[in-house]
Amino acid sequence: MHLKWFLLSGLRSATTGGRRYHLWMGTLTLVMLLGAYGYSVQLRDGLGVTGMNDHTSWGLYISNFTFLVGMAAAAVMLVLPAYVLEDVNFSRAVLIAEGVAVSALCMCLAFVVADLGNPLASWHLIPKIGILNFPRSMLAWDVVVLNGYLALNTIIPFYILYSHYTGRTPNKSRYVPFVYLSVFWAVSIHLVTAFLMAGLPARPFWNHGLLGPRFLASAFTAGTAFMILLLWFVDSETDYDIDAGAFRKLAMVTTVAAQVNLIMLGSEIFTEFYFPTHHVESARYLFFGLEGYDALVPWIRVALVMNVGATVVLTLHPLRENRYWLLSSCAVLFVAVWVEKGMGLVVPGFVPSPLGEIVEYSPTWVEVVVTAGIWAMGLFILTVLTKVALPIELGIERSPLIVQERPGQTRSQAGGKQRAGT
Amino acid sequence: MTDRRDLTFEDLLRNAGVAEAQSRLERLAPDPATLPPSELERRRGSAARAGGGGGCGSGSCGCGSSAPSNTLLDKPLDRRQALGTLFGALAVTTQAVGACSPVSMESDEEREAKLLERDEFFKGNYRLMTPEEQTETVRRLERLAHLRGQGDVQIRTDQALEGVMYGYAFNISKCKGFRNCVEACVQENNLDRPSDRQYIRIFEKPDGESIDDLEHADATYGHEVPAEGHYYLGTQCFQCANPPCVYVCPVQATWQEPDGIVVVDYDWCIGCRYCMAACPYWARRFNWSEPEVPAEQLNPRQHYLGNRARKKGVVEKCTFCIQRTREGRLPACAEACPTGARVFGNLLDPDSEIRWVLEHKQVFRLKEDLGTEPRFWYYMD
Repeated sequence: MHLKWFLLSGLRSATTGGRRYHLWMGTLTLVMLLGAYGYSVQLRDGLGVTGMNDHTSWGLYISNFTFLVGMAAAAVMLVLPAYVLEDVNFSRAVLIAEGVAVSALCMCLAFVVADLGNPLASWHLIPKIGILNFPRSMLAWDVVVLNGYLALNTIIPFYILYSHYTGRTPNKSRYVPFVYLSVFWAVSIHLVTAFLMAGLPARPFWNHGLLGPRFLASAFTAGTAFMILLLWFVDSETDYDIDAGAFRKLAMVTTVAAQVNLIMLGSEIFTEFYFPTHHVESARYLFFGLEGYDALVPWIRVALVMNVGATVVLTLHPLRENRYWLLSSCAVLFVAVWVEKGMGLVVPGFVPSPLGEIVEYSPTWVEVVVTAGIWAMGLFILTVLTKVALPIELGIERSPLIVQERPGQTRSQAGGKQRAGT
Repeated sequence: MTDRRDLTFEDLLRNAGVAEAQSRLERLAPDPATLPPSELERRRGSAARAGGGGGCGSGSCGCGSSAPSNTLLDKPLDRRQALGTLFGALAVTTQAVGACSPVSMESDEEREAKLLERDEFFKGNYRLMTPEEQTETVRRLERLAHLRGQGDVQIRTDQALEGVMYGYAFNISKCKGFRNCVEACVQENNLDRPSDRQYIRIFEKPDGESIDDLEHADATYGHEVPAEGHYYLGTQCFQCANPPCVYVCPVQATWQEPDGIVVVDYDWCIGCRYCMAACPYWARRFNWSEPEVPAEQLNPRQHYLGNRARKKGVVEKCTFCIQRTREGRLPACAEACPTGARVFGNLLDPDSEIRWVLEHKQVFRLKEDLGTEPRFWYYMD
């Protein structure tokens, strides 16, 4: 019975709001519809409507997928201190981080499906009915870890929210084991995604041991930068106050991750260019262009400048503690990592081809529209999750059955009601 | 009909307007081998008259459970069969409704094609199919090709021959860049014409340049050949003994056959293109749109793992012309070569020409440092 009310009040929370809320959700829906149209064209005519080809066989979809796995993994930076270290600063922020993880994972799965040439056959991936080539294929690993992480990040917050909704205190022995699991799991999802590429001797640009650690560093850069932006929005626009300590600590995490990321990038660039071998061609294509082909050069250079600039700003204490500088450098870092780790990582792996041929890639309108649609879907999910979670955490939404069922435990509920009334 | 229970079931279907389902009935009988040959023949004949395959899910049928004490219930089902059963039941229901409606927009052939396509959708990985299931799918595919106006094709399922491991050697001194091999490959393997798909690439390089350095080679030359001061080098799938493409496939839609040929089950491939990223020799191609071959140019002699019709969204590759080589013939490229630059044969046969080349020439392979162990060697005179 509680569950029914939980879902009903969730639906109510998600569908009520001010004019700006409806405008936001309406815009997202419109973009999603556009994306659905683009995908219908792709389904009808095949992936030939994208900019991909036999030479550059992965493009914008896999680029976004790679980036978003990092976004999902970054939730661990709040989950670990909040649940494991019991850091009170993070106790409120962590639910939002888990919402980010869930929506990022939904986007990841959507991007993978959008990239499949034969999506109707994706049931072949289901063990027993189909064949999952586990543990040999890293893509099979990715299927397992992404879905597992999605489950973990859905179950834990659901249990906590539902307990609060029904006026109970969440039982630690029930959810903390899953939290520990999810901490390791978060690291594994991004390492596995890196190994998916690093394990290919055919692509020297990816085939090195630094790729995995670098994925983690850039994930914790862009992921926590996004969390700071989102938490700031929640803090300033809703009654749900985020502890100032959370911002301070997250800013520190972002800064250190960005520094480590730059060190690794520098290390990569040194190895490639100090004594250039055959393997340098992809990096040369990315940073300088190859035989007149240089589509990615302006992108990566701007991203590099943004990356370095934002990292310097964050490194300086007075600037990092200034809210304006913090938020703008977080936004800059987010975009810079998206370029560098998305298109800047996936596409050069294919240029030049293993036989030395150069075929450039640029996305078509279908890819752009589908990508925008999936991002809109992710933001839609994130908005709904946040919109549903906040009133429960604030004590505004409580199961109407509490009073009758558990007369002894209504104190917190009454308090919540009071706060809502004021 | 000797079995009363089958009769009941058949009648049930016929009453529902599903005469086509008869061909499926063979598989529902407790053991078709025990039926007299004449009876089997009669069933096949009536099925063909009624328009061939279609009907219930492959191997079993959910609606059968409504018949009293149907044999199906005693049969162990695997999960895929169960899935097929579920959808089979759905399909039969919708079909029965369709048959009862006064106006049917579909022709019999369209309906039959749809049913065949549905059975094709739920079939398993080729490697796990029983010989009977392989025969079934081949019959469906041949019938579908006919219904789609692609002529009468024969799809073979020849297994790898005992004691055979194929190998290829390419004589760089002899190749003059005519690309007859490319043309023959396109014809033989029914490669997509609109996108100008080619498995073979012939690179033109100035004399004196290292073979290892393909970055400055030209595979798109359009001038008269042989060009002065140049040599030619052909690539295709090397059927590596240690194939990275096979490792990475998440659904085992690609594998190495016992004779060394790396094949793709086009109907099991999900189109993730991970294998294309994994191949160090750029040997794999993807169907970015529905592949097209004009009916008059179609090669009807096909193999399930070779040159049969592909569909959009799946990966394909050179199979050393599996449909030819398993019949003891040369691959089309080797047969078409006018200069004798291409040597193909059985590596396990000490008297084969390929063995002679490997034993008497200085041979090398591309990117040997990757450890992929290609079964494709280059040599010079």
